[in-house]
Amino acid sequence: MDIKWNEILITGDPLILGSQIAIVLTVIAIVGGLTYFKKWGWLWREWLTTVDHKKIGIMYILSGVLMFFRGGIDGLLMKAQTARPEMNFLDAQHYNEIFTTHGVIMILFMAMPFLIGLMNVVVPLQIGARDVAFPQLNALSFWLFFSGAMLFNISFVVGGSPDAGWTSYFPLAGKEFSPGVGNNYYAIALQIAGLGTLMTGINFIVTILKMRTKGMTLIKMPMFTWTTLITSIIIVAAFPIFTVALALMTFDRLYGTHFFTLSSGGSDMLWANLFWLWGHPEVYIVILPAFGIFSEVIATFSRKSLFGYKSMVVSIVGIALLSLLVWVHHFFTMDAGPAVNSVFSITTMLIAVPTGVKIFNWLFTMRKGRIKFTTAMLWALGFIPNFVIGGVTGVMLGMAAADYQYHNTLFLVAHFHYVLIPGVVFAVFAGLYYWWPKMFGFMLNEKLGKYHFWLFVIGFNITFMPMFFLGLQGAVRRAYTYSAESGFAPLFLVSAIGSIILALGFAVFCYNIYWSFRYAKRNVSSDPWDARTLEWATASPVQFYNFAVLPEVKEIDAFWHMKKRNSGLVLKEEEIQEIHMPSNSGLPFYMAVVFGITGFFLVFEWHMAAAVAAIGIVIGLIIRSFDYDDGYHVPVEEIKNIESKWRKVEGGVKHHVG
Amino acid sequence: MSANVNTSLPLEYQTEQSRLNILGFWIFLGAEIVLFATLFAVYGVLGERYANGPTPNDIFKLKDVMIETLLLLTSSFTCGLAVFEMRRHRLKGLLTWLIVTLLLGIGFLFVEINEFIHYVHEGATMQTSAFLSSFFVLLGTHGAHVTFGIIWAVMIIIQLIQRGLTPVTARKTFIISLYWHFLDVVWIFIFTFVYLKGMVG
Amino acid sequence: MEYKTNSKYPISHIIGFFLSLLLTFAAVFVALEAQLSFTIVMWIIGSLAVLQAGLQLFMFMHVTEGEDGKTNIINMAYSAFVAIVIVAGSVWVLTSGHAAH
Repeated sequence: MDIKWNEILITGDPLILGSQIAIVLTVIAIVGGLTYFKKWGWLWREWLTTVDHKKIGIMYILSGVLMFFRGGIDGLLMKAQTARPEMNFLDAQHYNEIFTTHGVIMILFMAMPFLIGLMNVVVPLQIGARDVAFPQLNALSFWLFFSGAMLFNISFVVGGSPDAGWTSYFPLAGKEFSPGVGNNYYAIALQIAGLGTLMTGINFIVTILKMRTKGMTLIKMPMFTWTTLITSIIIVAAFPIFTVALALMTFDRLYGTHFFTLSSGGSDMLWANLFWLWGHPEVYIVILPAFGIFSEVIATFSRKSLFGYKSMVVSIVGIALLSLLVWVHHFFTMDAGPAVNSVFSITTMLIAVPTGVKIFNWLFTMRKGRIKFTTAMLWALGFIPNFVIGGVTGVMLGMAAADYQYHNTLFLVAHFHYVLIPGVVFAVFAGLYYWWPKMFGFMLNEKLGKYHFWLFVIGFNITFMPMFFLGLQGAVRRAYTYSAESGFAPLFLVSAIGSIILALGFAVFCYNIYWSFRYAKRNVSSDPWDARTLEWATASPVQFYNFAVLPEVKEIDAFWHMKKRNSGLVLKEEEIQEIHMPSNSGLPFYMAVVFGITGFFLVFEWHMAAAVAAIGIVIGLIIRSFDYDDGYHVPVEEIKNIESKWRKVEGGVKHHVG
Repeated sequence: MSANVNTSLPLEYQTEQSRLNILGFWIFLGAEIVLFATLFAVYGVLGERYANGPTPNDIFKLKDVMIETLLLLTSSFTCGLAVFEMRRHRLKGLLTWLIVTLLLGIGFLFVEINEFIHYVHEGATMQTSAFLSSFFVLLGTHGAHVTFGIIWAVMIIIQLIQRGLTPVTARKTFIISLYWHFLDVVWIFIFTFVYLKGMVG
Repeated sequence: MEYKTNSKYPISHIIGFFLSLLLTFAAVFVALEAQLSFTIVMWIIGSLAVLQAGLQLFMFMHVTEGEDGKTNIINMAYSAFVAIVIVAGSVWVLTSGHAAH
């Protein structure tokens, strides 16, 4: 393809020009800052080459915050454009690009890294392990995800953003109707990030199945670990479908095949079919770990064990099967006939059952509990009513006949925001407030946290509740404007005002992170919430080897019972042995860079350059194959030193706040 | 982790890390099953959309397909023999059978590439019709896996020569043997649901 | 937890190989020589393929061996379930009812 060099950088739009200037300034500031404070070596040794699951988790979470910001700006721009009828703030093309990137970024580059980040930080600690099964692969997962996310994000300044919606339906997403590079970005950047996610799935399955500490049978695992296991299984079952779908999209766009085209026998609906075969399980991939977080938070702050642990396990295992059997409800209106639509209506009703079971379990966990209204608990409490609204409207949409009315309206948009924001974003916030002291050794400010909570929840409801009614009145999604005669204007305006409150809530969160980094008390105990699971049985922040001696587990909520019995908490010096740890490696970072470059060339269809860059991938694999680095051993003396430091401090493992 | 060595087990299972790797690879194979299933689903949907282009009966040649099938099937057998020799701690036997396996694999690729060139000369390309798009991508993905397997196996043969049979080299050999058998499993389904199905009608 | 290490001859491999050859040629015969309807042929050769895949899994790959034998079986069964859902589901959804026309 001929590339017009003068069109690579997007020019002419003041908003984008502003972003370009901001990006350049930020890069200069980061490079300058690192050089001035002589932090390059630190960055390389401590972060870019790390294989420590806790640091990788923190990098995931940081990426999540960054992407939340980017996706949030997209959302605010949309709300600004639709605040009044017939606005000219954004043109149709720009609006198309923004709702596309908003969707992709919020699902794949915000929700996923937040949850995978928390999984990384917490799961090895909860099962009493020193790291994940494949630490270097874990680093590769993160860097591939990051590489894909960055490649996707540069699209709006280099070459143009994808503009066919986050679902990228054909024929619109095909070469015929979208000739630019935007949708190449979609196909290739998501492919790279998806590879990383698949590896994460494999890694966590093996970690959880094989690396649990002595005595922790499957049925004694904390609920967050259970949901991570099932999520990982669904990742391994679903992501290869997306891999194939994206590869076929790439073939159609770059090499002229006819998978999804209108001509030569292609089937546009085959794309929708494959997309949702992955896409529906993907919803459960993000929602299950969130359920796990709520389970931990609710149990801790109700000071009771989780009600109905076994029914919870059965219902999430059931979801591993059912989540793959409902995908057609996303395109009932394709009209595959009454038999198909009926079957998928029924499976959709069925999958609401295990979720309902969980809601009751949480309610019964709180019943007669001595509830502590911490910020983390507030998020869990806020989740239940809001998520129920999302769930119930989902059942409405799941009825095939009724779906013909709701399809493609803002009702649907309101529904999935009511599922994903309470279900995932509230959970992420609950998890961050809850596990923050474990990650960093200080707590997020609870008072600011409550401002954050109330602004966010109120803003969320004001933003999305009107959209149910707009949808019922016939307002379609993805339309960049509407006429004054439509009568939609008041509700759109309310929704826009809500989005500002929502954004204020997020701003308070960012400020809270800043404030707490600067001013929060550093002498918090290693168990500030009087919690129940093993991650609280070690130091905060956690020492790099996690546990001096791996704990032994006898029952569910192991740490809680250890505290009750006052046993197993004191470290016996003679039990300390050398600890084997994996070495750092620059290879994952290198691979991500090479993947990113190869992807970039492919986006612009410079096939020779891409082929040359791909040689770098093969070289990386060969280097890895010949790498016999077996890690290193931490001497007993060093462990004793580290342990004596935190165990002597006031607020050791037996003490807690309040 | 590496301290946990159990010498009563076969070499490839002796260290904890090896057991993790082998289980991890099985789970990866689970993902590969889904990947190929998706390609088969695509072929199942598009496989009869010829768009006035050639049909399977026009282009498939039983002779080529049978040669490919027998080569790959035999290579799967010899690969099994290689692991069998490894379990008896016979490096020489292991290397011999591994190299035989590779030669059979290369033979398979050679015939398959010729088959594809032949199709293209007959005007049956990836761009001709949805049937051929899905055919070439399904077969091509399998062929790419075989190619990757050959390069990978060469790396392992080098390491076996350099280091001999150790728990680590044994584990690597065992894992590629799983991969190689798996490629034969995929081929069985290609043989049945692409070639034989195409030639029945 | 059983590993096949001590036998002198690779008996299970040889049996597996000959059975695979047999199944392959049987499939060719059924598909190309026996005069059966298309549906019956597909059912027979499909079953033969599944059988042969099973041979590879059990006789060559020793799927049940080792401390994770059970996990492997569950893993393969779940993958097979997902594979069937994807293939049968996609074909059904996209070639039946109104979608076929």
